[in-house]
Amino acid sequence: MTQTASSPAPETAAASPLLKVNNIEVIYDHVILVLKGVSLDVPEGGITALLGANGAGKTTTLKAVSNLLRAERGDVTKGSIEFKGDRIDHLSANELVKRGCIQVMEGRHCFEHLTIEENLLTGAFTRRDGSSAINHDLDMVYGYFPRLRERRTSLAGYTSGGEQQMCAIGRALMSRPTMILLDEPSMGLAPQLVEEIFEIVKKLNEDEGVSFLLAEQNTNVALRYAKYGYILENGRVVMDGVAAELRENEDVKEFYLGVAGEDRKSFRNVKAYKRRKRWLA
Amino acid sequence: MYDAVYPFLIEPFAKMWTDMPLFFAETVISGVMAGVMYSLVALGFVLIYKASGIFNFAQGVLALFAALTLTGIMDNFGAPGWLAIILTVAIMFGLAWLIQKLVFNHLINQEPIILFMATLGLAYFLEGAGDIMWGSDVKVVNLGIPQGASQWLLDGPGLYVEKLEIVAAVTAAILVTALTIFFQKTRIGRALRAVADDHQAAMSVGISLEKIWIVVWAVAGLVALVAGIMWGTKSGVQFSLSLIALKALPVLILGGFTSVPGAIVGGLIIGVGEKIAEVYWGPALGGAIENWFAYMLALAFLLFRPQGLFGEKIIERV
Repeated sequence: MTQTASSPAPETAAASPLLKVNNIEVIYDHVILVLKGVSLDVPEGGITALLGANGAGKTTTLKAVSNLLRAERGDVTKGSIEFKGDRIDHLSANELVKRGCIQVMEGRHCFEHLTIEENLLTGAFTRRDGSSAINHDLDMVYGYFPRLRERRTSLAGYTSGGEQQMCAIGRALMSRPTMILLDEPSMGLAPQLVEEIFEIVKKLNEDEGVSFLLAEQNTNVALRYAKYGYILENGRVVMDGVAAELRENEDVKEFYLGVAGEDRKSFRNVKAYKRRKRWLA
Repeated sequence: MYDAVYPFLIEPFAKMWTDMPLFFAETVISGVMAGVMYSLVALGFVLIYKASGIFNFAQGVLALFAALTLTGIMDNFGAPGWLAIILTVAIMFGLAWLIQKLVFNHLINQEPIILFMATLGLAYFLEGAGDIMWGSDVKVVNLGIPQGASQWLLDGPGLYVEKLEIVAAVTAAILVTALTIFFQKTRIGRALRAVADDHQAAMSVGISLEKIWIVVWAVAGLVALVAGIMWGTKSGVQFSLSLIALKALPVLILGGFTSVPGAIVGGLIIGVGEKIAEVYWGPALGGAIENWFAYMLALAFLLFRPQGLFGEKIIERV
C-alpha cells in the first residue's frame, strides 16, 4: 500500500490526470507558510477526497486550485497546478470557471438576498450559450435537487442549511463544470442529509461525468464515496491511497475514523508514528 | 405632556391645513421636489456602497464633473444637447473604467478607511481636472429644460410649482424604474446583487469583480450626470455643486446605505421635512433651520435606528 506523498502516481490516475497539483507551497500575508509542498492528482471522472483535521490545509489547497487565494492575501509561491494539461496557477477564478473548474466554498456561501433560482442563475454567469441551454440546465439541477424547485422563489438566506448546500452545489453545476472543488459539504448538516448530499455527488459523478475534489473532515463518509484519498496534516500530504484501502488502514482507523483496534495503542507508539510520518513527509 | 406639545408640534399644522391648504400643499410639493434632487445624489452613493462597500466621497464631485463636461462640450464645441449628453455619458463610462483600473485595482483587500481616503483623493482630482479642462466660471446648462412656474397648475388649482422640479421628479422616477429593472431582470444586474451579497462567493462562480465594479461606477456616473444636469439647471454649474454630497449624507442615514428605495424615500423625507420645519417651526426657533434640520434628523436616526429605514435586512434563521 502506498503511504507517502512522494509515491509514484496512483494506479487509478490515468496517464494524464484532470487536475495535477505538483508540490505547491502557499504563503499567506507573505509570512505565514500554510502548505509545505502538497502534491495530488484527480483523475478524469474521479472522486478524490482530501482529508485531515482543522487547519491541516484542505481549504487552502482547494483555494489554491480555484485561485480564490489571492482575495485572502495568499499566494502560491512554489510548485505548479495543471488542469487538463495547462498551467492554471496564474489564471483568475473567472477564467477557471470558464474552463470548467469551479469551487463550492465551505459554509455554502449562497447569495442570501437572492432567491434560490437567482442563485442558480448566477452560476451560469460565464456561459455564452444562450438562455435555452441555461434553462435546460436549470431543469437538470432541479431534477437532481427536487427540493430546490419547491423553494425556487424563497430568498436563499431563509432556506435550511441542507437546502443551502444543495443550492451551492446546484449553482456550481450551472456553469457546466468538468470538475467541482467541494469544500466540506457535510458541515453542520444532519447525518441523513449528509448521506443524501453525498448520494447526489455520486450520481453527478456517474451520470454527468463531473469529477470531484472533496475536502472533508467527515472521514468516514468521504472514504465511502471517494475512490482515492489524500490525508493532509500541517500542510503536508502524510498518506494517500485507494479509498477502500485507506479505510482498512490501522492508522487511519485510529486517528481519523475513531475506531480503535482490539488493544489500545500506547502513547509511545503514537509518538513513534508521528516521528515516522514527519520523516516521510 | 400633550398640552405642552400640542401648540408647538400639532397646532401650526392643523391651523395651516384648515386656513391655507394651498400654501401647505405648495410647501409639501416643493419639499418633495427638493427631496428628489437629494435622492438623485444619494442614489449614486448607494449603488457604489452596495456593490463594493466603498463609501464614495467623490459622488458629489462626479455630478459636478459630469455637468461641467456637458456644458463644456456644448459651449466650446457648439454641440447640440443630445450629442453632448451622449458624449458625456461616454466620458463618464471611460472615467469609471479608469477609476477602477488606476485606483481600486491596486487597493483590493484594503481596509474600508483606505478606500474612503482614495475616493477623497479622487474628489479633489476630479475637481481640479474639471477646473483645468473647462474653467472655473459659473456655467449655464442649456438643454431646453423648461424653467419658471407651471402655468397650468397656477391657473387651475392655483398652485405655484416650478416646471424644472416636475421634470426632475419625472426623470428621477424613470431613472429609478430603469435601474430597478436593470438590477432585477438582467444578467449583469443579478451578478451585481450577488457581488453585493458575498464577494468571495461571487468570485467562486466566475463573476469578475473588476468588471462588475466598472459597471457600478459607470452607472453611478450616469446617475451623477442626471443629478448634475438637474442641479446645474436649477442653480448653474458651479463648484459648490460638489457640496450637495454633504446633503446626501443625512438622506443616506435615513434611508439606509444599501437601499435604492431608501435613497428615494430618505430624500423625500429630508426634502419635505426641512421645508415644513422651516415654514412652521422656523419662526419659533429663530429661522434658517432648513440648513441644519436634515442633520438633526439624521442624528436622531443614528441614535434609534442606525441601519436606516430600509437598511439591509439582516437575515437570521432561527
